[in-house]
Amino acid sequence: MLLTRTEGHARRETRQESRARQASGLAMALGLLAVVCVLSVAIGTRTIPVGTVWDALVHYAGTEDQSIVRELRVPRTLLGILTGVAFALSGAVIQAVTRNPLADTQILGVNAGAALFMVFAVGFLGRTEVGEYVWFGFGGVAVALVLVYLLGSAGRGGATPLRLTLAGVALGAVLDGISAGIRLVKPRAFDYLRFWDAGSIAGRPLDVALTILPFVVAGTVLAVLVARSLNAVSLGDDLARSLGANIMRTRLLALIAVMLLAGAATAAAGPIGFLGLMIPHLVRGFAGHDQRWIFAYTIVCGPILMLLADIVGRVVIRPGELPVGLVTAFVGAPVLIWWIRRAKVNG
Amino acid sequence: MSFHSGRRAIVLRPFVRIPVRPLVVCGLLVLVALATAVLALSTGELTIPPGDVLRALTGDGSGAYRLVVVEWRLPRVLLALLAGAALGLAGAIFQALTRNPLGSPDVIGFNIGAYTGVLLAMITVGAGYYATATGALIGGLATGVVVYALAYRRGVHGFRLIIVGIAISAVLASVNQWLILKAKLQVAVSAAIWDDGTLNGLGWASVTPVAVVLGALVVVLLGLGRRLAVLGMGDEAAAALGVRVERTRLAYLVVGVALTAAVTAAAGPISFVALSAPQLAQRLTRTRGVALAPAAVMGAVLLIVSDWLAQHLFAPTQLPVGIVTVAVGGVYFAWLLVVARQRA
Repeated sequence: MLLTRTEGHARRETRQESRARQASGLAMALGLLAVVCVLSVAIGTRTIPVGTVWDALVHYAGTEDQSIVRELRVPRTLLGILTGVAFALSGAVIQAVTRNPLADTQILGVNAGAALFMVFAVGFLGRTEVGEYVWFGFGGVAVALVLVYLLGSAGRGGATPLRLTLAGVALGAVLDGISAGIRLVKPRAFDYLRFWDAGSIAGRPLDVALTILPFVVAGTVLAVLVARSLNAVSLGDDLARSLGANIMRTRLLALIAVMLLAGAATAAAGPIGFLGLMIPHLVRGFAGHDQRWIFAYTIVCGPILMLLADIVGRVVIRPGELPVGLVTAFVGAPVLIWWIRRAKVNG
Repeated sequence: MSFHSGRRAIVLRPFVRIPVRPLVVCGLLVLVALATAVLALSTGELTIPPGDVLRALTGDGSGAYRLVVVEWRLPRVLLALLAGAALGLAGAIFQALTRNPLGSPDVIGFNIGAYTGVLLAMITVGAGYYATATGALIGGLATGVVVYALAYRRGVHGFRLIIVGIAISAVLASVNQWLILKAKLQVAVSAAIWDDGTLNGLGWASVTPVAVVLGALVVVLLGLGRRLAVLGMGDEAAAALGVRVERTRLAYLVVGVALTAAVTAAAGPISFVALSAPQLAQRLTRTRGVALAPAAVMGAVLLIVSDWLAQHLFAPTQLPVGIVTVAVGGVYFAWLLVVARQRA
């Protein structure tokens, strides 16, 4: 984001002030995350009092409510936190790298790529452990990202938001069609991946969360490390180069971060869209335009929204549950419409 | 024959010129469609030589062959041809009305809205053809109107239309899933089969309504004559040429929606045929605007070839044809993107 000289001047004067505001906002968001975590453990088909939740965690006595907390709700909440961080942060990183405000792993067809590779792994190679097919998720994300970028930047003028989005939609449709075909040919893959399709964090054992934990942490660390260089990239390639940023290295590291985050999250929870689109837009109001602050806010706010959406999914159709991916789409799509209506589009 | 503005054309009466190239292309496409139809009639678990297929169709031949060809395979083949033609026509109408190659029922969320309508109809009324058709028609139309209205801001920009279409589709996908989870198991299963977009297991009972609707709408289109091309010149030009713009546009819109709904009700959402058929036809015939007849023939070719592939690609597993058209159409969409960019 380019600032005019007066704005830049005004900003320098209030930098101390704005940093304090950013930090206090982040602290508040962390508090909110803690509250949402407690709610996520307590609310569900069977509502459990907070006192029982505390007992289950601190002095476990093996009652039914306590075992629900330990065996179901805590793994689910943990997985919600991890996938919330992963999907939201991967969206923020792609938005920063491509300078495309519409980037999201779902819209760009990246989730579809991960899904196709995993369907292949389950259907043809018989891999059914998350730890095994998560690697195929990484491969699918990388292939889809490269394909979308090549397709979107073909021809003169490079990759505009319009082209990338259209390329992503087309690619997503093709990849989804192929996965649907494989699933019909290989009933085992269909059966195994049925529950995973709409994007859900319900009913996964603690192992799943623990398996993806190292990948999400690695991806997050990598994203935070390149945040500074991404600030330079956001000024445009030429300016970034003159500021001494290594654009190729930054892009490559960012790509690896997205691969780790989106691949792991998709492997564990299925394709969940719109989180990566919404969160960076929502936090920009508090975090400003510094990618480091945007990423920090995204890391905290992603899980908040993911867990809230999951809680909503648990209560709207009791005793059934709506997969969290459907809830995020339902609340995320209006954000997309709002953005496109106020944007000036040409191209 | 005479030469006019550098293009070869047959002049029947003064001012009525039928250009040669579209005519030849249409003829070739019809041949491809018919050849694929004969192939589809003769292949399957029981392979019947093409000669026997033709004999069975004309009424001779053995009883077993007649049963397989006429009763089992012919309805599906006819439905593929009719539905493909209807989708091609609908796509051509939408693209001409929006003056945008991306203006197709798939992009503006018609299919997914039709699914919502079908689900509601199945839950409240039951799963007959006409209940399904009405549900698909109302659901699809309402979705199209909402998407169009949300995308409207001093005119409809193609990009905005697509993005709003994606967003509304995502919302409706959630609604549909919610309805399925709320519905009884039997309703959910029949709705899920419908949503695949398949011609599997459809018999003569499904062919008749589609054929009747398509026939009636083609008559309406013939009655409207060349007004679609005139509308494509822009509102002012069309009005100056004596076309009542708003009324004509509405008439075409209704025809386009009805065509899509008739197909969608019978076979479920079959994506990308309406998007790609008019564009492919336009490229082959090298006409300037979107032409209806070549788009219809192209749609029929696309759908019957896709359906044959869906049946035989992974035999004995039968894919829904919707999956094949998505894969093929998506590749085409990507290609269109690249080509359009290079020219711009």
